[in-house]
Parts: sequence; structure tokens; C-alpha cells
Amino acid sequence: MKPFAELLDRLVLTPSRNAKLKLLVDYCAATPDPDRGYAIAAITRDLDILSVKPAMIRRLVEERVDPVLFGYSYDFVGDLAETVSLIWPTPHGRAEDRGADDLTISTIVEALHSASRSDGPKLVEGWLDILDSQGRYALLKLITGGMRVGVSSRLVKQALADFGGKDVTEIEELWHGLTPPYLPLFAWLDGRTEKPVNLAAAPFRPVMLATPTDAEELTRYDPKDYLAEWKWDGIRVQVTAEGNARRIYSRTGDDISGAFPDLLEAMDFEGSIDGELLVGWPEGGAIRTGRFSDLQQRLNRKAVPAKLQAKYPAFVRAYDLLQSGDRDLRSLAFEDRRRHLEDFVAGVPADRFDLSPLLAFSSWEDVAERRNDPPDPVIEGLMLKRRDGAYVPGRPKGPWFKWKRDPRLVDAVLMYAQRGHGKRSSFYSDYTFGVWTGPMDDPQLVPVGKAYFGFTDEELKQIDKYVRDNTVERFGPVRSVRAEPDHGLVVEVAFEGLNRSARHKSGVAMRFPRISRLRWDKPPFEADRLETLEAMLD
Amino acid sequence: MRFEDLLRPTPKGLYCPPGDFYIDPVRPVERALVTHGHADHARPGHAHVTATRETLDIMAIRYGDDFSAASQEAAYGEAMTVNGVSVSWHPAGHVLGAAQIAVEKDGVRIVASGDYKRRRDPTCTTFEPVACDVFITEATFGLPVFRHPDDREEIARLLKSVGQFPQSAHLVGAYALGKAQRVIALLREAGYDKPIYIHGAMQKLCDYYESRGVALGPLAPATVDRAAKDQFEGAIVIGPPSAFADRWARRFPDPIACFASGWMRVRQRAKQRGVELPLILSDHCDWDELTETILEIRPQEVWVTHGREEALVRWCELNQIRAKPLHIVGYEDEAE
Ligand SMILES: [Zn+2]
Repeated sequence: MKPFAELLDRLVLTPSRNAKLKLLVDYCAATPDPDRGYAIAAITRDLDILSVKPAMIRRLVEERVDPVLFGYSYDFVGDLAETVSLIWPTPHGRAEDRGADDLTISTIVEALHSASRSDGPKLVEGWLDILDSQGRYALLKLITGGMRVGVSSRLVKQALADFGGKDVTEIEELWHGLTPPYLPLFAWLDGRTEKPVNLAAAPFRPVMLATPTDAEELTRYDPKDYLAEWKWDGIRVQVTAEGNARRIYSRTGDDISGAFPDLLEAMDFEGSIDGELLVGWPEGGAIRTGRFSDLQQRLNRKAVPAKLQAKYPAFVRAYDLLQSGDRDLRSLAFEDRRRHLEDFVAGVPADRFDLSPLLAFSSWEDVAERRNDPPDPVIEGLMLKRRDGAYVPGRPKGPWFKWKRDPRLVDAVLMYAQRGHGKRSSFYSDYTFGVWTGPMDDPQLVPVGKAYFGFTDEELKQIDKYVRDNTVERFGPVRSVRAEPDHGLVVEVAFEGLNRSARHKSGVAMRFPRISRLRWDKPPFEADRLETLEAMLD
Repeated sequence: MRFEDLLRPTPKGLYCPPGDFYIDPVRPVERALVTHGHADHARPGHAHVTATRETLDIMAIRYGDDFSAASQEAAYGEAMTVNGVSVSWHPAGHVLGAAQIAVEKDGVRIVASGDYKRRRDPTCTTFEPVACDVFITEATFGLPVFRHPDDREEIARLLKSVGQFPQSAHLVGAYALGKAQRVIALLREAGYDKPIYIHGAMQKLCDYYESRGVALGPLAPATVDRAAKDQFEGAIVIGPPSAFADRWARRFPDPIACFASGWMRVRQRAKQRGVELPLILSDHCDWDELTETILEIRPQEVWVTHGREEALVRWCELNQIRAKPLHIVGYEDEAE
């Protein structure tokens, strides 16, 4: 348990992606099977084990510790699992001498896997007596389902790929057919066996991605070789139904079927569609597309109440067809796959699936014009796909381009700055900015967003200096910065869209805001007003 | 004599009426007895200071030679008489020169232990328990969640990370007096023999430790021109925690922020400060050591000062030991 517990503690506090990868790779290299596989599954939360309620843990500790002292401690620490892990009375001496080395994550997971509900507390109590506090903390997070270490399953897959010297798409392709502790996967990554065959029904097929482009680059390509379609602002999915299995995968191969039972039910076909998952309402023979904020109501849920499903129905706007019946279409030209797709979509429920329309165009100028004047606010740009391109995993350059519409811009005033993490911990690099509201002759700033990138290293130094020289107040790592009509720093903020938000005082929330320009030249009173933003609401 | 007639808390600090002196006063007084050199215990501006040689030297390093009008040196094990009150000095194990001060008159003895720890520390003399009627204990880490791990494991984690991230500089935040030198000495014990880079604020104190026979191995200033940034790849750099938020920290490649402190036991504390590698190293007792020390000394009464007084008082009640909080203000528990 010790190496795993140490890994968790480091992952939680390490902000750098590369450093997280390194920690995971080193762990896989140093840890035997099946421990490493169970550890990976614990981090991606794919372990199916008996869980224990926090109240149960609390009862265990109160049998051993004075409740008054426990109360003081809990108040100070603030987290139940951590308080219990620290306060749990164990005899002096090294945990190793209590047998902690033999208590591996595998022992624990396997025991919990076969344990009955009534066995749980006894097992946990015994382990708490053996482990050291770091091990106890990892154990308690594991069994209370509170494992949050800031590592996405995408990152874990990348780490596994790095560890075995493979391409991440290979891991993604296999992932869904594997179960903890992933012995065949590690045997392959170690170089001991061939790549395992994915025997899962309705497996994930690694996704093809587009590279960003612009008008300048496109002049090197012939528009006649390409088809164009809108890029919709939902989430890219792969919906697959084969035999009895139906799956909705994210573009990194995570199974998100559980959140969309309504869509799953409509997947009465044999095949695999690549498309955009959106929320929308059937209207006059078509589907009216909901905004991203509507879709958000449906995301990150394990279960979805029927009311919510009815209010925000999910559907797929189909881009491509990878499999039709028992035929793999991926090696066909896009133009040919598109014909198959049109036939295929015609045969599935029209309230849950529609076809992403193609755009007619004759020149790149045409395309450029259409791009900034889309017919629907839920469009974030357009896609250009080579007519003769096969469907290949990854992000090859040339067959698929994405060309986003220009971002929205607003001039805002810097209000607060917070110190960054890692490399940036000595810089004030996270900024809260606001726009004016209230009467014109006595305007107030209201915060409208936060940004922590978009500027160059040189600009970061300049802003940092500005923050330090113009601090009004400090609270912990945050400084409030002088921001008055005649004194302050104006920043041009670029963002992708704007939603209404009850959680924000301003009533609006920006999507993907970043600093696009520092306006040292602009007096703060000339920054934008909240009304300007409200007019931009999608 | 009632205990409070021999020593009592006042706004200026612990005061001994018959001896007319203060122990670790927080404001300028006529006569001060100082347990150790940390800034919240040793303040400048007293007319007369008595302390160990090391504590006097440290005060001179920090505040200049005129830190008080007159001074008197005390040695461990030595007893002296101040206005008819017997005063003796005993190792506290906290930092170099740290002493417990035992005050005795008419058969009543009170020990003011200042800050103390029980563990072995290669940079200072080990704590010695002194029998007494009243034991005044600190409670910096006076909650049962504070149980410091083995120093060697913490140093091993630092060295493991240095091996894992050879392109990074590991910046270790450590209090300039005591903690910094202890981290260095523990690294040397673990076999680390490369130069250790230190922030300018630590130079004089490290030199002083060396002059008192505490070997720290090769040290180099962590202040080199920009061109040589890569010389810090794989290096261990020690500086005061406050410096890591400064522009000073920018000269290092891919820095990994570490912090050597007992507070690092609590993850949220580490997170709030942006610490990536917490090192749980404390110069204070942990909970088990506080309670074991009380059981070992078995005083009639325990007075609890700076820190989490209420928890330690509660523990004493549960163990039928008379105890009370002193509520003396002016000692900072954030400092270390
Ligand atoms: Zn101290």
C-alpha cells in the first residue's frame, strides 16, 4: 500500500502534466502485477469494490478516540478521511513491523471484492491498525469513493502508453475491453506478449481528429478536394451498437453510456456512428439544437432522472460512419463513407439522430465567409474533410481541418490576481477581470471571468509587476488590484461563447476565456460595460 | 508558596515576581531570560538578557551586537541565582542553544520548557527531562492528528524525487534558524554529498552552526547570474518559505516546491501554499511526544502555552493531571 499511497499524495499536489505522467510511469515500472493494475483502476475509479460509508468510519474512530479530541482535530483538519488517518491510534514503531509491507493494494481490493457488507468494518479496522497514516488515508479514500487526484483517465492512458512505448490510441482502442488488474495489457506493455485482442462487444474505435487551420494555410490546398460541414458545440462521441451491446464513448474512449439512457434506448441498429452529442428538441421534422449549457445539465452524471431526460433530450448529429453491420468502413474514402452514413441515418429514429449537413462552397473565400456567419448559435466553426481520406486514428495533418469562428472579444479591467502553481508559483498569473455596470457617472466593476493564459512569458512578467506595484489588499495568495475609472489595467479578453449563469454575480459566464491583448494604452473607463456582454448572450 | 507567586503570565510574558525577571518576554523589559533564538521568543530591546552562548550569538547575528544593553551567558546544567531565585538551564532539543529554564524558590520548582522536541537532531543537544512541580509546555502541535513521521523517511522522499526529476531544482522552504541546518545535516547523513544551495538569508546562521561544530558539508549561494540557470538542474536549494513566492524563485529551472514543516502533515495546508512535495519535519514535539513527556515528568500541574492549548488540557483532564492554559499572546505558531 505504501507505494500507492505515496503516488496518490504526490499526484494530488503536482500541477505539471509531465510530472504527473512521470510519476505514473515510474510507478508502473517499479510495481509488480497485480498491484499496479489495481492502482490504475483506483485512480480512474474503475474498481468495483465494497464501499464503506463515512459515518461508519466515524463510528470506528469514536470507539478508540475521545470524541472531544476528535472534534478539535476534525475542525482543524477539515477532512474526515484525513483526520481519521492521522488520529488513528497505533503503537509506536514502524508500520513495516506491523506487517504493512504484506498489505498491498491487491490484498485489500481482493478482500473487499469478495466481502459481504457486514464484513466491511471489521476488515477496515484491521487494516487501519496495520498501516501508517499515509496508507490509512489512501485506504479510506479508496473505500469511501473519495479518490480525487486530479488525474483524468486520458492522462492515465497516456502514462500507460509512455510506459510501454506505445501510441495512446492503441491503449484507447483496447481500454474498454479490459478489466482490472489489466494483466494482458501490462504483459504487452512490458514487451512479454503480443498486443491483446479486444474481445469486448461494441469496442471503442480510436478517433480521428482535425488540426486547426486558417485562411493562409488553406491556400496551399485545392477546395475541390474537400467537403465542408459545421463544427457543432457539443461533445464528440462514438455511438456503437453491436449484438446486444450498446455503448456511447467519449472521444478518448471513456464509456459515458450511463448518462444517456434515452439515447441508448434509441440505438436500435448494428454499427458505429461518429458524431456530436447534443441536446435538442424535435420541431417540424428537424431537431432544434440546444446550447452547450443545456447539454451541461446532462454531463458528469452517473444516473439521470426521467424528468431531466425529458427536459433535455439527448441526440447525435452524425458526422461519419465507421462500421455498418459487419462491415468496417474506416478504410473507405470520406465521400463514400458519407453516402453510407446518409443511408444509415435514414434508418434510425429521427428524433435521436440527424445528419450533419454539408455546406456548398466553391472557394476558400466562400468558406471564410460562411464561417463567421453560421446559421445556428451552437456552431463553433467548421470542418473541412478531404473527400478521399480514410478514417485514421489520431491527428494526421491534411485530411481533416477545423476552422473555428473568430472568438468574441471584450475589454475588461483587471480586478484580482492570484499566484499560480508550479513553475508559476512566484508569479501572479491567474486573473479575475470585470466590466462596468451601474450609472454611467458612478460605475462599478463586476467580475465576469477568470483567465490564466493567453499571454506571453514577457507579458506575464509585466502583469506580475503591475499587480505587485498596484496591490490594494492581500488575502492569502490573492491580491486585489487598483481598478478605478482612471487607474487600472485593461485587458482584452477573448472567449468562445457566453452563457447565462445564476452562480455569477454578473449573471453571465464566459466559455474558455483567455487574455488576448494587454491594453496598456486604454484608460479603464473605456473598458466595456455589462450591457455589451449581455447583448452577446447566445 | 503558591505556584503563581513564583511565575505567572502577564501581557509582557511569563513573569517571576520574586526574581523580577521575564522569560521570553514579547515586549522590551529590564531583565529577560531567553530560551532560544527564534524571533518570537528572542526579541531585541531588553536592558539585560541571560541566555545560552548560542542564543546570545544568534541574537547578535539577527539583531546586531547591540540587541540588548547587557548580557549574561548561561550554560546547560548551570544554576545561577537571580534576586534570591535559583535559575538553571537544561537542553530543550529544539534548535542550537535552546534551553529549558527551571525556576526554583522555597522548594517550588517550575520548568519553562520554551519550544522543545524529543527526537534526535544532529544539529543540537537532546532534550533532558527535569523533575518539577509545574511543567510549562508548548502545544504548537498539540492535536492528536500531529504525529511526525521518521525524519529519515522524509529525507528519503526528497532524495527519491531529486532522482526522479533530474531536470528540476527542488526548492526546500525551511525556517532559517534550526530547520534549514537540520535539513542539510539530515541530507548529509543520508549520503547526499553534492553542494546544497542556500538563500542569502541563511548564510550567516549556517556559518555560525559550522563554527559551533555542526558539519553541514559543501554549501553554495543560490544566487548566480541568469546565464547559469542550468547549474541548478537537479539541485537542492534551501530558502526561507517566504522567498518562494518572490521573484527570487524564478531563477530555477522547473522548480518543485517543497516545504519542511510539521504543518505539512495536513494536506490542505500543503495545497493552500502550493507545496508539491511536503516534508513533515518539525522542531517541535508531536502529540505523542507531548503527552509522553508529561507522563514522564509527572508534574503536579501542567501549564499549556502557545498552540492548541485546549486539546492538551483536555488530555490532561482525561489523565487526571491538573492543567490550565496560559493564553500568552505573541508567540506565532505559523512561523515554523
Ligand atoms: Zn522556536
